[in-house]
Amino acid sequence: MKPPKFEYRAARTVEEAVSLLQEAGEDAKILAGGQSLVPMLNFRLTRPSHLIDINKVSELDYIREKDGKLAIGALTRERTIERSALVRQKFPLLTEATEWIGHVQIRNRGTIGGSVAHADPASEYPALVVLSDAELTIQGPDGSRTTTWDEFFVTYLTTSLQPFEVLTELRFPLPKPGSGYAFVELARRHGDFALVGCAAQVTMNGKGTCQEARLALIGVGPFPHRSPDAEAMLKGQKLTDKLISEAGQKISEEVEPEGDMHASTEYRRAMSKVFTERALKKALSRVQGGK
Amino acid sequence: MSMHSISLTINGKKFEGQAEARKLLSDFIREDIGLTGTHVGCEHGMCGACTVFIDGVGVRSCLTFAVQADGTSIETVESLAKDGKLSPLQEAFWENHGLQCGFCTPGMLICAEELLRENKNPTEQEVRLAISGNLCRCTGYHHIVLSILAAAKKLQGAAQAA
Repeated sequence: MKPPKFEYRAARTVEEAVSLLQEAGEDAKILAGGQSLVPMLNFRLTRPSHLIDINKVSELDYIREKDGKLAIGALTRERTIERSALVRQKFPLLTEATEWIGHVQIRNRGTIGGSVAHADPASEYPALVVLSDAELTIQGPDGSRTTTWDEFFVTYLTTSLQPFEVLTELRFPLPKPGSGYAFVELARRHGDFALVGCAAQVTMNGKGTCQEARLALIGVGPFPHRSPDAEAMLKGQKLTDKLISEAGQKISEEVEPEGDMHASTEYRRAMSKVFTERALKKALSRVQGGK
Repeated sequence: MSMHSISLTINGKKFEGQAEARKLLSDFIREDIGLTGTHVGCEHGMCGACTVFIDGVGVRSCLTFAVQADGTSIETVESLAKDGKLSPLQEAFWENHGLQCGFCTPGMLICAEELLRENKNPTEQEVRLAISGNLCRCTGYHHIVLSILAAAKKLQGAAQAA
C-alpha cells in the first residue's frame, strides 16, 4: 500500500528538530532510518500529521569512547556500528547484536536511536540497552534529560518519550576486564524478526568464579526481559552446565511470551531456556584468559 | 497537500520533479522518472526488489520518500549496462540461468553489485547472506548464487588482465 498524507519537514540540528516537533503538534513523528516507521505508514498502521526528518542531523552521527562508556549518537546507522573497529574492540556484544538485524540494505539505513525508540519487543538494540543499563539522553523543549531502560520502556512499541522529545545519545558502560559475551537468536530465516533471542555478558575473576552475569532476552515479553534472580544465581559461583541450566529454567518460568502464528507461548518459553543456556555457554567460552 | 521540489541525479543524469511528501522513492523512480527496471514487490522492505543505490549505498526505495532523495545521486538497475553492453554481473546472471521470471532480478543485481564492490572474492556463504533480504518468488536461489560467484570470477579475471 501507499502511505497516508502527512506534512514533511527536515531538520538540520537537534534544536531545530525539537522546535519543528513543537510547531507540528502532538501527532508528529520523528523520521530516522525509516526501516520500521515507513512499513507501518505503508500499511497505514500509523497516521502521523507530520514527519520530522532527522536524517540530515549529522551531529547525532558518532561513536566515541568517553569516561569508560561507549557514547553513540542516535542517528548512527546500524551498518556504521557493525563496521566500527572501536565497537568491535570495546563492546563486541554490540557488533554481534548488529549482525542479527535485518539485512545489509536495512542496516545501511536503520539507526540505533530509531531502533530503541521504536521499541519492538523482538529487536536487538533494546536488549543491549537493558543488559548494560545504558544511559539514554533525550532532548526536549526544556533541555536534555537522562534516563535508563526501566523508565524508558513502557510496553510493546511504547516508550516514555514525550511528544516533543528526541532521543539523542546512548551510552553503554564498557564490559569489565575478564568479560565474555554472546548474542544468540532464533529466527525462521536470517534477518527475520527473532522468535526468541538472548544477550549475555559474564565477568569472571582469575579463579573461575563469576563476578557478574547480565542477561537480556527478546521476543518473550513487551520489552527485553532482565532477570535479577537468574543473575544472582550465577554471581559468585562456578558456571557449571548444571547451574547454567538452572538459570535458564528460572528465566523460562519468569517470562510471559505471547504466542502467534510463528511460535506458541509454550515454544517461546521452552526456547527462552535453551537460548539462555547457549548464550551463557558461548559468553563463558569467550572470556579471555580462561573460564 | 504540500508538494516538494526534488532535484537529483539518476544514473548520471540530472532530473527535476515535484512530489507529495508521501510519494515513495520507488514510485517516483517508476512513475515520474519513468525508469521501470526498479520493481515494487512488498512495499515494506521484506522482498528487496526495489533496492537502489543512494549515494553509493544500497537502500530499499520503498522505505524512502522521494523528498528524502533530493540532492542525492541514485543508481538503479538501468545503470549497470554500459552502452548497451551487459555488465559482467548481468552477463553472469544470463549465462548461469540467474533469472527465471525476472521480478526479483533488479534487487538481486543491486544487492550483488553492493557485495562485489566491497568483497572481490566472496564465499558462497557470504553471497547467500548478501541476498538474504531478497525474495525470489520462483525460489531459484541456487542459480542466483552461482551467477554471483561466477561474476566475482569474471571481475577477478578482468582485474588481472588490466
